[in-house]
Amino acid sequence: MSDAGPAERTGELTQALLDSSVWSEQMLAQAGIPIVDSPLVSIGGGLGSFALIDHLRICGVGIESLRVLTPLSTPWESFGYLTRVSQVALGDRLRSDSSSCPDNIWGFPSYAVREAVAADTVRGFVTPLWQVLTEPVAAERYTPRLGQVLEALAREHVRIRYQQMVAAGQVRMVRRRVDGGYFTILTTPEWAKAAKRIAFRSGYVHLAVGYAGLKFLPDLQIYRESTRNSSRVVNAYEPHEHVYDQLRRRPGTVMVRGSGIVASRVLQRLIDERNNHGLQTRVVHILGEYIAASHGPRFRRRHGGDGFAYQAFDEPKAVWGGQLRDRARAAEGHERVQFFDSLGGSSSPYRKHWQAKLATARTEGWYSTVVGQVDALDPGADDLISARVRTGDSVLMAEASFVIDCTGLESDIGEQRILADLLRHSGAGRNPLGRLDVAPSFEVRGTRNGKGRLYASGAATHGGYLPGVDTFLGLQIAAQEIADDLATEGFCRRLGPWGSGRQWLRWATNTVI
Amino acid sequence: MAYSLAGRIQTRILLFAVIGGIWTTLVTPILPTRLALGASYQVTFSMLALIIALGLLWELAYHLLQQFRWDKDWPTIFSLAAGVPEGLLLWVLLDTDSWFWDVPVTSRSFWLLFGSLWLLVWAVLSGPIRVLLVRRRWTGGRLL
Repeated sequence: MSDAGPAERTGELTQALLDSSVWSEQMLAQAGIPIVDSPLVSIGGGLGSFALIDHLRICGVGIESLRVLTPLSTPWESFGYLTRVSQVALGDRLRSDSSSCPDNIWGFPSYAVREAVAADTVRGFVTPLWQVLTEPVAAERYTPRLGQVLEALAREHVRIRYQQMVAAGQVRMVRRRVDGGYFTILTTPEWAKAAKRIAFRSGYVHLAVGYAGLKFLPDLQIYRESTRNSSRVVNAYEPHEHVYDQLRRRPGTVMVRGSGIVASRVLQRLIDERNNHGLQTRVVHILGEYIAASHGPRFRRRHGGDGFAYQAFDEPKAVWGGQLRDRARAAEGHERVQFFDSLGGSSSPYRKHWQAKLATARTEGWYSTVVGQVDALDPGADDLISARVRTGDSVLMAEASFVIDCTGLESDIGEQRILADLLRHSGAGRNPLGRLDVAPSFEVRGTRNGKGRLYASGAATHGGYLPGVDTFLGLQIAAQEIADDLATEGFCRRLGPWGSGRQWLRWATNTVI
Repeated sequence: MAYSLAGRIQTRILLFAVIGGIWTTLVTPILPTRLALGASYQVTFSMLALIIALGLLWELAYHLLQQFRWDKDWPTIFSLAAGVPEGLLLWVLLDTDSWFWDVPVTSRSFWLLFGSLWLLVWAVLSGPIRVLLVRRRWTGGRLL
């Protein structure tokens, strides 16, 4: 941050700045906030920023034209954290396609091929190739291990000199500039020898701020607030190792809520803990709807069984580039809401070893499912939680030592500071599903300012023209759409066959660009 | 790969016309056609044209079958295995003289050309095509 301004910690946001939706250089000067020029800034610094920066670097944009404003030390820090707490270890396989490679915009060679090439046994060589060749007909779909993806990301982030583009700090807001473009206010870390706040002046801004936050089911929220105890009722996306630790010391019943991939992983962990440590854990799985078999009309029929809807990935595969993507792109307003509804609710991939473990648990009688809605949770005797579950016309009482919420509810985008400011001051609006309204190019509608363009990708844009925005592929597709839009603005080259081939060779030879 | 109908058709035409064209040009001289070189080329390029033309009908059928899949995708093994019915139909048409004009192809040269071409196109489709046509997988196979 040597170019970031004076060494003393100056620069407070004045009332005039806070109140005004459009800023000038003079206003910032009066507040003592230094201005740094950067043609494009990407806010967030997670995998969404990484996807765009990677794409733009491959399209020939120099590091001097790009800045990533982030509190994260690596682009995979948040992703790594969320996967870890939701029970994915480095050696575990993700729920992600072989050719969905966040480190490689071409998806070639895919992770299955790379795993085969890196194997040191014949079996290790053949297995991933056979799996990816015959999936999903004769084999389960190939999915890469978390460790493989993280290593590949680390390699690519060095190759594109990502770290040299990072400006550390917390972004406070983006505001429009009087003469076009935007100012982005970065609050620098305490340790930085820079002004307390810096204004990045740029023509292009990219927002990839991730999930607006965790949201608890209302009954869980009420329980936590009334008992002031957050250790017994946890969200699967927050650290909850203490649950497993305590179950090792004292047998108990765990209530698992939700039927998506995270619920599957938590169930797997509970079962493994029970088996590996000889525990007496019991599991009550609360499902809103019990999926007993394949369901849906003939041409929209999804596999299911044992309570779960089975689906290989977060969304049906064609949302990232097939007929479902075409349909999403053509749907507006209420039709879009209906389209997203048609993609179905929570789902989990069918994995034989999970099903076998659950079947054993069921026959041994320590795993049971309850279909219904939890009306309330109350503190019970002996540190237990008492749940009132409405099942059809009757009410059932269930007791548990812990409740793990795997429903994956997300907070409203209005609770994310930067997005809230954008909605209030910069003309951004909401899409039919209530998230940030973006055009097919991922430009945030209503925020254009002169020649300036403001883009967003990732979870905040869910409900737009592309389903599955918060996935590896979703982030890469958004990056490609943004890069193509920027190419029409003259910011970068549009990647054609020749340029793409050359850049791929550089990737393959790990040539620093 | 998740195809749209237009994507399937465009991919079929492009890959077989370009890669198929190059491959057919290269291997025709060494195929056991029992014909002079000029006549050999006539036979092999007629075959290639038929793979493309009949392929357009096949793609319609595949697209219909794809509708039964929740993911609306087309697994790679399907693309590979489709060579069996396509090859057989084409061979039956040519061998029984059911086709509209005479394509005097020998069994060995037919299967050598068809098999090698099918495998080559499938191999290119399975990955390398993404290097040159970076947007194709996001557009359901469409190039235009």
